[in-house]
Amino acid sequence: MAGTALRRRLGARWQSAELVEAAQETATARTLRFRVPEWPGHLPGQHVDVRLTAEDGYTAQRSYSLSAPAAEDVIEMSVQLVADGEVSPYLVSDIAVGDTVEVRGPLGGWFVWRTTQSEPVLLIGGGSGIAPLMAMVRARRAADTGGAFRLLYSVRTPADVFYADELHDSHGVEVAVLYTRAAAEGVARPAHRIDADDLTAHGWPVVAEVTCYVCGPTPFVEAIADQLVQAGHDPAHIRTERFGASGG
Amino acid sequence: MALVTRGFRGRRESGVELPPGQYLTHDFPVLSAGPTPRVDLDRWQFTITTELGSTHAWSWPQFTALPSEEVTTDLHCVTRWSKLDTTWRGVSLDTLLDDVETAADFVVVQAYGGYTTNLPLEDLLEGQAWVAYEYEGDPVPAAHGGPARLLVPHLYLWKSAKWVRGLQLTLDDEPGFWETLGYHNYGDPWREQRYDGD
Repeated sequence: MAGTALRRRLGARWQSAELVEAAQETATARTLRFRVPEWPGHLPGQHVDVRLTAEDGYTAQRSYSLSAPAAEDVIEMSVQLVADGEVSPYLVSDIAVGDTVEVRGPLGGWFVWRTTQSEPVLLIGGGSGIAPLMAMVRARRAADTGGAFRLLYSVRTPADVFYADELHDSHGVEVAVLYTRAAAEGVARPAHRIDADDLTAHGWPVVAEVTCYVCGPTPFVEAIADQLVQAGHDPAHIRTERFGASGG
Repeated sequence: MALVTRGFRGRRESGVELPPGQYLTHDFPVLSAGPTPRVDLDRWQFTITTELGSTHAWSWPQFTALPSEEVTTDLHCVTRWSKLDTTWRGVSLDTLLDDVETAADFVVVQAYGGYTTNLPLEDLLEGQAWVAYEYEGDPVPAAHGGPARLLVPHLYLWKSAKWVRGLQLTLDDEPGFWETLGYHNYGDPWREQRYDGD
């Protein structure tokens, strides 16, 4: 049973994770790749807990979504700087290749997509909420099986876009980038928050079997989930992951 | 001894004791697995069902006419935030369970929207749990579980089911939504029981 294996893995211990690669994603976000020698693998959409320990023994822990399927023992996460945050400034600005943190996971068994899911999938991400959805997109493209994907990515401006090189239609995934503050050049749609017309234009016709995954800041997730319910999607098929606006 | 991360200093909160692995927030983050259910007060009902199938039910007017208590308490979410000194008004589970005859040791908490969570019955008794319908003097906002949510603040907040609609009393422990997805069956923040096996 997959469930049994998942449960056993969730009980896994803290493991050391060495930063092997870091790339700036935007001016305020960085994608980090860590080597975790005994990484058990994970499902797209799952997250990890990260623990940082200061020299005097003080620790801080945060959860981060994994943004890609594991590449053997290397896992990837994208960290958005949170103003006044405690952990994100270190991960975005200070940590260097060769430094180590501790991770525990994979965690979370609900906001996940499996390659055996054959139904159409609607992914709607706001800001850095794209991260777990990109793990699903990458898994879908790599497997080239499973139901067709449509990704709606709500982002303030072109400068805030994560994973820009991968935001195109391919391998069963259609992508729409929707700007809320300032659109890219040549984009006809005026910048505004995702509305019912956007869901009609870029989502799926409302049929029972569509599974929706919505991730982003709380007000975004609340608004999108409400719109999906109003459009007729079954609330039981709308899975949400909310990023709290605090602490980071 | 945890492994030291080079160059990490962190920020220490002074004068506040939090459960291990938690940090203090002054916001009130929202965590839930799906859309926020909108529950019409005309149709709202809170039901306690015993292991023998007998039921005790309250409509919204009946429920809000019960004796209520003001509770000021700290909240600890498994996603690591803690919020201190939150104030709620609600009905104590001691009041709700007063007339209920049962031999059950466990409870499955049921919510509008389909969410469930389980806990020992004794954790709901003796002033440890409420069904809360006011937060900081106002109706509980829907995103935070209104019209009414369970409040069991000595356990991680996923046990305090939002949009609560009833309790099923059971002889055997039956894991709920997160408990079957790898989270700890009991969830004591002071023992850091986040995940299965902790």
